Amino acid sequence: MIRLSQMYALGQKSRGAKDISTAVYFGTFAVNQYCDGRVSNRQYATAPQVLGLPKERKPIDFTKQLPTDGRPLYLDAQATTPMDPRVLDAMLPYLTHYHGNPHSRTHAYGWESEKAMEAARKQVADLINCDPSEVIFTSGATESNNTAIKGVAHFYGAKKRHIITTQTEHKCVLASCRQLEGEDFKVTYLPVNNLGLISMEELEKAIRPDTALVTIMFINNEIGVRQPIRQIGELCKSKNIFFHTDAAQAAGKVPIDVNDLNIDLMSISGHKIYGPKGVGALYVRKRPRVRLEPIINGGGQERGLRSGTVPSPLGVGLGAACSICKQEMDYDHKWMELLSKRLMDKIYGSLDYVVRNGDPVNSYPGCINLSFAYVEGESLLMALKDVALSSGSACTSASLEPSYVLRAIGTDDDMAHSSIRFGFGRFTTMAEVDYTADHCIKNVKKLREMSPLWEMVQEGVDLKSIKWSRH
Amino acid sequence: MAISKNHVLKLYKTMLRESEKFSSYNYRLYALRRVRDTFKDGKSLTDSTEITEAVHKAEETLEIIKRQVVVGNLYAAEKLVIEKKAEKELTSRQGIRESCLDGDRNT
Ligand SMILES: Cc1ncc(COP(=O)(O)O)c(C=O)c1O
Repeated sequence: MIRLSQMYALGQKSRGAKDISTAVYFGTFAVNQYCDGRVSNRQYATAPQVLGLPKERKPIDFTKQLPTDGRPLYLDAQATTPMDPRVLDAMLPYLTHYHGNPHSRTHAYGWESEKAMEAARKQVADLINCDPSEVIFTSGATESNNTAIKGVAHFYGAKKRHIITTQTEHKCVLASCRQLEGEDFKVTYLPVNNLGLISMEELEKAIRPDTALVTIMFINNEIGVRQPIRQIGELCKSKNIFFHTDAAQAAGKVPIDVNDLNIDLMSISGHKIYGPKGVGALYVRKRPRVRLEPIINGGGQERGLRSGTVPSPLGVGLGAACSICKQEMDYDHKWMELLSKRLMDKIYGSLDYVVRNGDPVNSYPGCINLSFAYVEGESLLMALKDVALSSGSACTSASLEPSYVLRAIGTDDDMAHSSIRFGFGRFTTMAEVDYTADHCIKNVKKLREMSPLWEMVQEGVDLKSIKWSRH
Repeated sequence: MAISKNHVLKLYKTMLRESEKFSSYNYRLYALRRVRDTFKDGKSLTDSTEITEAVHKAEETLEIIKRQVVVGNLYAAEKLVIEKKAEKELTSRQGIRESCLDGDRNT
């Protein structure tokens, strides 16, 4: 369906039609369906904007993909990671025989579970160099972020009513901030530059006397960019403002020392670090003490900050995952560097007009976000159905807007729609990267050959005005 | 008690053999890579307590591998595209070889 317009146009051309200008260019990047101006869309590069007719993108039903011969490869480590067998091995006893409630004080079943839970808490603490009593078990980074942001805002809300965050945060941070705006808090959403980094000057300028909290993520989940956490921590400390960081993508993957980096609150997720889903942690500094108003009230578990029975098997899993991450950090990081270099060398060696989204220097090597110009991201994802990948194209999700993170770094819509995120993990093999790179190259070439705009590029039609900004 | 070279070598071989049994492609290849690299790094150890510690850790890991191989096989999933592709290539190559042999016989 997507390619129909192009086929049609090419057909016209082969039949001798000279001027194929208008519709073809629409067809190059989008489902060629005109709509009544509902969706606005900037055109990519030099493609002429004709008639002012915007194009409409339709979500693709990925469940209708053809069955492949075997399960797809998994290259979506930012979405979630498989559990490490060592983690499962630590958890299984607590999923079977040791089933006690860790808060039961009157019998051995409770004591066993409590002991395991506290050992796990220490493993989490050791990863980030804090005291075990500063670690709160939660259901994941979403809950940790909500607890931290709303908790600080509500506790200090009588005097401090301002929060600073960035435009590229995870949805759960942005939505928590929106919620607080509804309660008359003021929120500053800092912009980022075209590499995805915030500016320290702008952050400093945004700080007000009534700023309660600065919340900035450690590593971005879409483009892998690493914010200057050390500088932010120093600035917040000097201004006496609490600093929260969403380290869902960073904890266990890069070294973090909350004291060295002056972090007051930090969110961790189990399922991003080869642990189980449904568990996470929130680091809450004790000295100087950060106080929170809990979201969940009840039996007063976890220092009253998160009531409810701690799921001891999940806690044990998170602890084991943290301990393995600590032990394997250098080894894993070297592997990520090796894999990403391999992918980049292959793709850049065979394809032109590929843009890496986000800063290539201040970034985590296990997350590479590339935009392939003159290709529809949707078609490419369909062609790469043998590999589980994620796209900045909104057509993979419910909304039709392209990724707000790519927008925030100034990527235009067409390039955002043609972006693909390659996410590597501990269990990714070199052969998987080779397979993915080879298929990607083959399919990009094939799709470009079908694209009339690509033909124009090959014929040397004016490309000077194209901004290949982040190359 | 000093640990003999023979013991380490045997442990290494057992760990590789057990790692091979992971039904999951990704776990299998990771385990093999990790075991090889751990023992390669371990070669540079000279202190006998460090060696003993490393060997004990490896023995514990071996037990984990053995258990997790069993668990993994209880819930094995379909093979990955990359494995199926390799299998196909292997059988087709064998096929070619056999037909070549047939050809030899015919001439
Ligand atoms: C940066 C970031 N924060 C928060 C989350 C949410 O984590 P969880 O699924 O543990 O709630 C994610 C995962 O999607 C993430 O990447």
